[in-house]
Amino acid sequence: MPQFDPSTFSSQIFWLIISFFVLYWVVARFAIPRIGDILEQRARVVQDDLDRAESLKTEAEQALADYEAAMAEAHGQARALMFKVSQEAKVAAEERNRAIGTELTEQISSAEQRIAAARDDAMTGLSSIAAEAAQDAAARIAGIDVSKGDADAAVGTAMKGSA
Amino acid sequence: MATEANNPMEQFEIKSIVDINVSGYDISFTNSAAFMFAAVACTFLLFWTATRRRTMVPSRIQSVGELMFEFVAGMVKENVGKEGMKYFPFILTLFCFILFGNVLGLLPLGHSSFTFTSHIIVNATLAIFIFVAVTIIGFARHGLHYLRLFCPEGTPLPVAIVLVPIEIMSYFIRPVSLSLRLFANMLAGHVLLKVLAGFIISLGFFGIVPFIAVSAVTLLEIMVALIQAYVFALLSTIYLNDAVHLH
Repeated sequence: MPQFDPSTFSSQIFWLIISFFVLYWVVARFAIPRIGDILEQRARVVQDDLDRAESLKTEAEQALADYEAAMAEAHGQARALMFKVSQEAKVAAEERNRAIGTELTEQISSAEQRIAAARDDAMTGLSSIAAEAAQDAAARIAGIDVSKGDADAAVGTAMKGSA
Repeated sequence: MATEANNPMEQFEIKSIVDINVSGYDISFTNSAAFMFAAVACTFLLFWTATRRRTMVPSRIQSVGELMFEFVAGMVKENVGKEGMKYFPFILTLFCFILFGNVLGLLPLGHSSFTFTSHIIVNATLAIFIFVAVTIIGFARHGLHYLRLFCPEGTPLPVAIVLVPIEIMSYFIRPVSLSLRLFANMLAGHVLLKVLAGFIISLGFFGIVPFIAVSAVTLLEIMVALIQAYVFALLSTIYLNDAVHLH
């Protein structure tokens, strides 16, 4: 068996040591740095991509939150505006109602005053007519010349009594 | 020539290519040395082509390089931990050396075919180097505490009397089993292939049976070549773990 021929051992061991050291140098100084570099670079790129995705996600979430906040604000403003407008309308309506009401009241009271004045005029006219008639009647029937003042007083008393 | 061709041991013959003799020591450049440098060249070529065009999404050859790197790095990290990573270049070298030694030996190169890992002296040199290195690292890191490896804390005396000799023996048997395992696997595989192949011609038409067998065994041997390189590197990391962590 060639494996147990000690005469070949020295050369095998010698070249084993030489080639193994050469290979160690190749692996340690060439293969590992280069492969390690590639793996590191890939890990870095993947990490960068993940980081970017993460930041984009937070950005998107921020945008969504901003949008929702703006929406809520707009809703609030619209509601406040609507409330204000309706409130103003209510106030204006009440004002108008009140204005119309007072105007009507004034018109009513002035009309009443006019009515009362007219009645008073009528009443005054009526009593003077009655006094004249009574004066005439007394002069014609009884031949008594009643003064205007007496006739007025008599008519006033009679009217008060009948009233 | 015919008898030589049919001898299954002929393939293990060490043939000198350049005779070199330094002060009585024969250090001739042989077919064994040539295959060792072929393994070095293959490793260099693999990692050179793998890292020639660095792409984010690796090409086929680049993934092979990365896979080998990450496979061995993972093995070292898993077995020895972060402190073990400084021995990673050595373990990767060991793995590549044995892997290409085994695989190149399976190339059907006729009479030039040779597997340097089928020589016990090569495996023994590697195994003894690992054994000595592990022992030195162990004593350097733990001092005399490293002897605790033979007698774990809290072992009762009666058990220790039996345990300590067994532990010492198993420690010193490590380089033997490490080198013999690889040697026996390579030797057996190549002898089997050679013997089966010898029947192909001599059986005439029925040579188809050993031919199929040789094809199957060749596939098996490729697997064995990979597995044995892995086992050698794995056991080295496990021994290293003992030295670094003391169980």
